[in-house]
Amino acid sequence: MGMDLSVFQYQFMQNAVLAGLCGGVTCSIVGVFVVTMHLSFIGICIAHAAFAGALLGVWLGFNPLIGALIFSLASAGIIGPMADRGELNPDTSIGIVFSLMLGLAFLFMGLMPGARTEALSLFWGSILTVNGGNLIFLATVMVVIVALLVIFYKEIQAVICHRQVALAVGIPATLVFYGLLFSTGVSVAASLPTIGGLLIYSLILNPAAAAYQLTYNLKRMILIAVAFGVASCWVGVAASYLLDLPSGASIVITSSVIFGLAAAFSPKRKVKKWQRGPAS
Amino acid sequence: MGDIVISLKDAVVSYREDVALRGVSLEVERGEFIGIIGPNGAGKTTLLTVVNDLGKLVHGQARVLGVPVCRRNGIKLRKRIGYVAQAENIDPRLPISVRETVMVGYYGRLGLFHRPTEDQWKNVDRVLDLVGLSHLSRRPIGHLSGGEYQRAAIARALVQQPEIFLLDEPTASVDPQAQREILSLIQLIHSQYHMTTLFVTHDLETLPSICQRLVLMREGQIWKEGSPGEMLGEEVLRQLYEAGVSVPAEGGSGKFPRCGW
Repeated sequence: MGMDLSVFQYQFMQNAVLAGLCGGVTCSIVGVFVVTMHLSFIGICIAHAAFAGALLGVWLGFNPLIGALIFSLASAGIIGPMADRGELNPDTSIGIVFSLMLGLAFLFMGLMPGARTEALSLFWGSILTVNGGNLIFLATVMVVIVALLVIFYKEIQAVICHRQVALAVGIPATLVFYGLLFSTGVSVAASLPTIGGLLIYSLILNPAAAAYQLTYNLKRMILIAVAFGVASCWVGVAASYLLDLPSGASIVITSSVIFGLAAAFSPKRKVKKWQRGPAS
Repeated sequence: MGDIVISLKDAVVSYREDVALRGVSLEVERGEFIGIIGPNGAGKTTLLTVVNDLGKLVHGQARVLGVPVCRRNGIKLRKRIGYVAQAENIDPRLPISVRETVMVGYYGRLGLFHRPTEDQWKNVDRVLDLVGLSHLSRRPIGHLSGGEYQRAAIARALVQQPEIFLLDEPTASVDPQAQREILSLIQLIHSQYHMTTLFVTHDLETLPSICQRLVLMREGQIWKEGSPGEMLGEEVLRQLYEAGVSVPAEGGSGKFPRCGW
């Protein structure tokens, strides 16, 4: 029995496949940055800021993407120095910004008149109804992120693996670091309508964290993370269409399963056991 | 007076309410090997970070390699200064090999938009050979022992082809055998390249015998400086560390007396 591929004739499905490709590539690449720098919590905070900004857009009647972009970039600009200067424990300061963003999101939601359908779609996302404008923005962000990665690979490698060393050898490490945070903000904002505000961060974290379990080579890690991210989106889209499930949830659950498998079969588990061994 | 490459005048550094450096003045000639000793918290590391502009002056002046140390010159200066920081805990799963970590030393000088050439990779391999890590070059950096990691850090600083070499407790947290190997390596490097070197330690047993001058620091200030012969007397060290110091006749790192307290 052959698979019925006629569904791909429809524009909405073609858009979904393209959005899965662009969202998967973009989120996975910035995921590699935050996972390798051990800054996952900063990424979560930026994601929730984008969500709050998008809801502000819906409430006040401007494009939610613009709201998401402004809030995510602003949060990256606030959190970076807070984490760097160490005036508060980074976990504490990021936690405060995180809770503020979540509070703002629910405030904007509460102040919205009417049925709040658009706002709810930002919670869960809908890759099957992504429109042309969002898709073009997402594709543009993907191209820019990939281009920046290729052009500045050596600086990015140095900063995400050895930030203090990068600073000491004369790399503009602070500039690169903030560039990475802002890239995360833009990627989150671009992917928000497709994946959803409450779920977007899983698509950033899971593929990169899965790839981190499998290789000691950064280039290979990026390629594996991208493959996992795109596969999560496409399998999620298929499951959503075939089983009538919420698309964002399907994508995130797929990426979580991939992470679980990668962690279970990770060759690096031996390293953890070795570290706990008699030498410690 | 020879060519002065480091000149600090009344340098003050503070981290919020803590004053780490209190009016330090120091001049270093090109090619000198200087040991900086003192108890923990004396300001030794901060002194090094003033030289490469990682620590910010709140008062005073610093001039390094002929240019004033300031925000505008910081990145340019750091490309010309090799810095080996204290050993740090590193994630064993980090996706970067020893060879790639050492190559990071080139990246500052290479500048944006340039990729390392085949010759530069060969040079990395040569330096790895010099520090005795050739056989580990493909290993993930997080899998090295403390001593191996410090040798990789020295290799990374060397590929920078620095004019000044800053070593901050390079033998801390490693076993005695690794300490001896690192000290031999540092002495070998100085004898070959004659780089201006500032070597910080709180442990006198790890002071290289090639030190030409010793700077004794206490409470953020230079307390005394002079030749090793003058500075390593039992009474001077007792006052510096405010504790009993024994100076047995046997040498710790070669020429200098072995000191314990």
